[in-house]
Amino acid sequence: MTAVLDTGRDVPMERVALVDLLDRLLAGGVMIAGDLVISIAEVDLVRVSLRALVTSVRDELLRGDELLREEEP
Amino acid sequence: MTDRATDPVTGQGTAAGDGLAVYLYGVARGLDPAALDGVAGVGGAPVRTVPSGTLTALVSTVPLEEYGEAALRENLEDLAWLEATARAHHDVVDLAAHAAPTAPVRIATLYRDDARVAQVLAEQGEAFARALDRVAGRAEWGIKAYAHREALEPAEPPEPESAPAPGAGSAGAGTAYLRRRQDERRRRADAGRKVGEQAAAIHDRLAELAVAARHHPPQDPKLSGRAGVQILNAAYLLEEGDAAAFAEAARAAGERCPGIEVEVTGPWPPYSFIDTTDPAAEPEGAGR
Repeated sequence: MTAVLDTGRDVPMERVALVDLLDRLLAGGVMIAGDLVISIAEVDLVRVSLRALVTSVRDELLRGDELLREEEP
Repeated sequence: MTDRATDPVTGQGTAAGDGLAVYLYGVARGLDPAALDGVAGVGGAPVRTVPSGTLTALVSTVPLEEYGEAALRENLEDLAWLEATARAHHDVVDLAAHAAPTAPVRIATLYRDDARVAQVLAEQGEAFARALDRVAGRAEWGIKAYAHREALEPAEPPEPESAPAPGAGSAGAGTAYLRRRQDERRRRADAGRKVGEQAAAIHDRLAELAVAARHHPPQDPKLSGRAGVQILNAAYLLEEGDAAAFAEAARAAGERCPGIEVEVTGPWPPYSFIDTTDPAAEPEGAGR
């Protein structure tokens, strides 16, 4: 388990969970066009790439999604 | 990593003609460049600053053979590479964010040279100023909630199992079986609904303490290594003084809900709260 519970001022690098970091770095931040790889900024290529890595657990994700969807009217 | 990328006197970067590019981490306001002295960025290259008025871009030099378009597409598929890059990116942004208001930019934003970075700062100065105004004196905190078996399993049937006696008639036994299956399905749906309501209640309570809140998609269990179903993954923008009360509220919320674990992370640089794209263009949602 790599999750962090930190109430201090600094998050120690080695304890930041990669998943939490990717949530933020792949979908957050100022999105501005770069000079070299325009498509990275305009298409969410990173998330697409990441999804490719984890297709094997797609069904687990879907199970969680269904659970959440059930609450919707 | 070669040193020829940076002129040690001017701190100016290089041109893409050398097979190099400039990686932009984020933009800070009123940052003392000394805060980044000796800091290494992606690929271990030294981080430097590009000033423009009160704004400061945080950059380092990267080789195109690793960050050019084709190479980048390939490298982004490599989880080890992605992790190293993400951690280096975060390291730089986090240091800056502790020293001055900082707007991180999206990972892998690359420019030809420092002059182009300065040009972008000048052109986008107002947008960066708005983003920095929003996050100054604030920090992002993360909340994840997991439902464990005891919260997800349907409650036991209210009446004791009074299965029909053997030979009571095949039609009666079949009906009873179907009814039990229906009850089971209904209880399971009820448990799922209850867990969803609890997640919404936890979020609502914590959002009250925050300046802003944003949902992230549920995390992949393979990447998180976590058991249980993730029922909440959200970020909250807090005034600096409110972090302790927030953490206490999160802890209390978890204790009120048996079988639900609430986890706090942070403080984070405000990654989730400086997105300058049109929010309507990217609806949040778990099911995408």
